[in-house]
Amino acid sequence: MFDENPRPIDRLPNAPGVGYKPQHFTAITNDPGVVGWLEVHAENYMGDGGRPLAQLRHLAETFAISAHGVGLSIGGETRLDPDHLSRLKHLNDWLQPASFSEHLAWSTHGAEFLNDLLPLPYTEATVNRVADHVDELQETVGRKMLLENPSSYLAFTESTMSETDFLREIARRTGCGLLLDVNNVFVSATNLDTDPIAYIDDFPLDHVGEIHLGGHDEDEDDHGAPLLIDSHGREVADPVWTLYDYVISKGGVRPTLIEWDNDVPDWPTLEAEAQRAQVILQKAAA
Amino acid sequence: MNVDQDTFRQALLDPQAPRPAGLSDGHGQDAGRRFDVYRNNVTVALADALETAFPTIAKLVGAQNFKLLATAYLRQHPPTSPLMMFYGKEMPAFLQSFEPTKSIGYLPDIARLELALRHSYHAADASPLDPSVLQSTPPDTLMASKLKLAPATRLVRSQWPIFAIWAFNTLPGAPKPTMSAQDTLILRPDLDPEPHLLPPGGGAFVAALLEGTLLADAIETATNEDPAFDLSAMLALLLSNNALTDLKD
Repeated sequence: MFDENPRPIDRLPNAPGVGYKPQHFTAITNDPGVVGWLEVHAENYMGDGGRPLAQLRHLAETFAISAHGVGLSIGGETRLDPDHLSRLKHLNDWLQPASFSEHLAWSTHGAEFLNDLLPLPYTEATVNRVADHVDELQETVGRKMLLENPSSYLAFTESTMSETDFLREIARRTGCGLLLDVNNVFVSATNLDTDPIAYIDDFPLDHVGEIHLGGHDEDEDDHGAPLLIDSHGREVADPVWTLYDYVISKGGVRPTLIEWDNDVPDWPTLEAEAQRAQVILQKAAA
Repeated sequence: MNVDQDTFRQALLDPQAPRPAGLSDGHGQDAGRRFDVYRNNVTVALADALETAFPTIAKLVGAQNFKLLATAYLRQHPPTSPLMMFYGKEMPAFLQSFEPTKSIGYLPDIARLELALRHSYHAADASPLDPSVLQSTPPDTLMASKLKLAPATRLVRSQWPIFAIWAFNTLPGAPKPTMSAQDTLILRPDLDPEPHLLPPGGGAFVAALLEGTLLADAIETATNEDPAFDLSAMLALLLSNNALTDLKD
């Protein structure tokens, strides 16, 4: 009756998860509270061994794990880095995460890795390139991925389509799912002075396999217009919770991640954010 | 106006370069300082990564100076891989040529020590050799064998007292460094890498083992470098830190 080699948990529960930080290891293994799954940045687990891999192996026995890539540069103008594709395949092979995701962005230029999620113009040429890269990634790792909507601080005058049309087209061509970052929606809508509700209404919610919620900072542009920065360094803002509530009531419950990557708080503070998501998920499930 | 990624990248890491045209606020006005969000994100994230990698260098030069140093470094040496945990491999050479630090002779070796700690932390796991294997192997066989060290083992040899400088800046109550050449061995008994100051001849001995030299030859090398070389103390250090993984003829 006991399985000696437990199979990895193969799907994310429709519950709150958090971005895993090593300083929370003991707290999580003692009492995760409402937190039902964990997300890790794939690139942090590409060493050969040691504590990071030991902790992840241990956590994966109890929790569904989402592997979230931040370094492949799917929107890059040049070909995907074959070494990095192999690393992603290796991670997916041994970890068999419940979910695997990457960003609609670029970060590599020639031999350089710029370590930021840089923006793309929404054009037919970009659709072709991103769809090819998503195809290549999915074929290499042998599984479906989720593609995440970015935070925008500016727009490209050459863009000919909306972000929602762009993502819908990528999902249609490649069969990939989407990761809807509700904070990014709010940040982009504020920065580009568009309507976040209209964005959600136009978003292909059926394709959404995971939701992200994170904190942002406030700044302003040259003309005094609000400029929100996707900083992941504080609590999720109230209007983002309201927008999240709208997403869940419209699209149904989804695995929902609290992202807090900078100025990481103590475990009770992070778990309290997960509780806020849990309240909204339970209300929708009732 | 199309903005290609070449143009975007040039403006990203060069604050003197004009911001790319063809970027807007979404309503027809030029993007202006909105572009600087990306400039700032890239610079801050890379500088933070360097500070995480080189805490002792940051302490030695001071936080403000380290920011200047990191900014100069990241413009000269942007990462070449998405594995940020290994970012900074050019730091020793950079410190040697960077005008404000080039006269501080020991800094590059401190950077080597910090890089070695990072690599040790992420190195592959390995099962240690059962100590009884050493005891039960006939001395002649042992001397003609190669001792294999765990993948997390790193040796940093220096003309400077780098272990003492590292310890003084890291461990509470560590004594003030005095001038001497120091060889430091990083061992990882389980998951935490720990630097050890090697006794006389120890650096030469471990360097020989890492090159795959037979034990007898490694001992000779070590004793030639320093007649005070103490083999049993050296083996005890390696064994007690799970650093020996295999014995091969």
